[in-house]
Amino acid sequence: MTAEHPMVRLTGVSKRFTKGKETISIFDHLDLAIPRGDFVAVMGPSGSGKTTLLNLLGGIDRVDAGEIAVADHRIDGLSEGELAAWRAANIGFIFQFYNLMPMLTAAQNVELPLLLTKLRSKERAERVHTALSVVGLADRVKHRPREMSGGQQQRVAIARAIVSDPNLLLCDEPTGDLDRQSADEILSILQLLNGELGKTIVMVTHDPAAANYAKRVLHLDKGRFVERELAA
Amino acid sequence: MRSLWLQVAAVTAINLKSISQRRWLSLSTVIAIALVVIVLLAFLAMANGFQRTIAGSGADDIAIVLRAGSQAEINSTVSRDQVRLIEDGPGIARGSDGKPLISPELYLVVDGIKRTTKTKANLPLRGIGEQGSELRKDVRITAGRMFNRGSNEVVVGKALLREFEGLDLGSTVSFGATRWTVVGVFEAGGSVFESEIWADLSVVQSLFNRNNIVQIVRARLTGPAALNELKSYSDNDPRLKLDVKSEASYFAEQASQTSDLIQKLGWPLAIAMALGAVAGALNTMYSSVAARATEIATLRAIGFGGFPAFVGTLAESLLLAAIGGLLGAAATYLIFDGVTASTLGGNFTQVVFDFKLSPWLIAEGVMLALIVGLIGGLFPALRAARLPIVEGLYAN
Repeated sequence: MTAEHPMVRLTGVSKRFTKGKETISIFDHLDLAIPRGDFVAVMGPSGSGKTTLLNLLGGIDRVDAGEIAVADHRIDGLSEGELAAWRAANIGFIFQFYNLMPMLTAAQNVELPLLLTKLRSKERAERVHTALSVVGLADRVKHRPREMSGGQQQRVAIARAIVSDPNLLLCDEPTGDLDRQSADEILSILQLLNGELGKTIVMVTHDPAAANYAKRVLHLDKGRFVERELAA
Repeated sequence: MRSLWLQVAAVTAINLKSISQRRWLSLSTVIAIALVVIVLLAFLAMANGFQRTIAGSGADDIAIVLRAGSQAEINSTVSRDQVRLIEDGPGIARGSDGKPLISPELYLVVDGIKRTTKTKANLPLRGIGEQGSELRKDVRITAGRMFNRGSNEVVVGKALLREFEGLDLGSTVSFGATRWTVVGVFEAGGSVFESEIWADLSVVQSLFNRNNIVQIVRARLTGPAALNELKSYSDNDPRLKLDVKSEASYFAEQASQTSDLIQKLGWPLAIAMALGAVAGALNTMYSSVAARATEIATLRAIGFGGFPAFVGTLAESLLLAAIGGLLGAAATYLIFDGVTASTLGGNFTQVVFDFKLSPWLIAEGVMLALIVGLIGGLFPALRAARLPIVEGLYAN
């Protein structure tokens, strides 16, 4: 079931960027399948297309050729409006620099994805509280980003990513701006989300220590993946 | 739909709360828009004040009789014989003594000195008939007394006294070769008559060698409807080549010429300044979109649509414009409202008036500010709505 119906399936995906008169091919007929419940770390040199891969999976960038399906749903042909609705329901993004709204409290930041749903105010508040509890910040609901450490801000960002219960979490260098201890806390939370809640996670990272938290690591090299199973 | 408005409200709130992060640029836009509104409202308040002063002077049951084709009394002449014919005309009200209520008047230009600039200006000296002051609304002597018939005495309008020197009660003034004593100060309900000097008609005629002519005849009618009777009487008598109009319409014509001119100066200047303010607003809002690119892109990545980003950016621009507009209106009110000025009226003499703002004028000023905000915010708002998510996420 899982093998036949992976969470993420890329088939013959090509992606090029044009810079001036020069066209750079990032992916050329790339294939990939990520099973449901997987926790994949994507590593590779700078400019290898790791972030582009995340953007394609998240429906915020478009393929030049090929197909992308997430949870058996083709997204490569969706319109901008359809993609926005699809992202709201299916994807949680976690960014390197947290990307919180600085003028909003932690609770207001976490609530943002729920504004796209039909939930009433009370239900939204309950969900926000639950999400912040999962990341251990139930006591920081009224704090603004500038009143929190980097690790705490990233935990708020994780709460925002999971509050609408998406199938797939896309993390772009989630620990790239954190010290080791905070990074470990964040990665532990991601492991928890994967192990306990069954979230499928694709994490781009440069940090081998961070990659060790994933179930497997995909090395991106010349537009191809080189897979390496992790021991633990 | 509910979700859409929740998105719009959230993005708008985020935008507005983040204005403080761009406070100096936002402040410069607010000030630029406020200046535009100040300039516009100053001109409009001037035109409005002038119009209220002039147009408020006229009554519907007072007829003004001038030489045919004369736009103003300065270039009108009415002979003594014509005055007698008008006295006998239909529709003229009569007093308890049976005399017609009319005032033949001579209007002359004399020199005065402005208190503020010490420069010469034309002042109106009006010789009025016996009924002259009764034929005007709300005329009241506020200091001294009315001039005596047959003497070289004048009474001075309150507004004129405020703006011009040498006309104080008890002083002697020279108009050409003649000398006059100021024996009284009068008010006339803020009307244009407060910008005049009044004396006895026969004395003015005599001292200025105009014995057989006046320039205007003011007559009280039995009612507003009697105007047509008098007109028809004048039109059908070949001895009376005169124009008859109501005092209200006469002053309305006088007021519109000058106030139109003021507005024609004010609007183009304000619009030229508004174009500059639009450029400022565009700069501010493009900077705002650039500064918020990551926030906008993050919201879009989460699933927000482009429309909330559009509305939020436009709301920010409109808010800044509204603040600028209200600030400009408040400043104009504090600086200009009630300020007394004088300018040339239809008779080439100075009319003293107060700048007067009205709620409608303030609304016009704020509307102009909002138009500046709308244009200044529209294109940046479109950019915000169309910002590629990937570009925005890695913008800062």
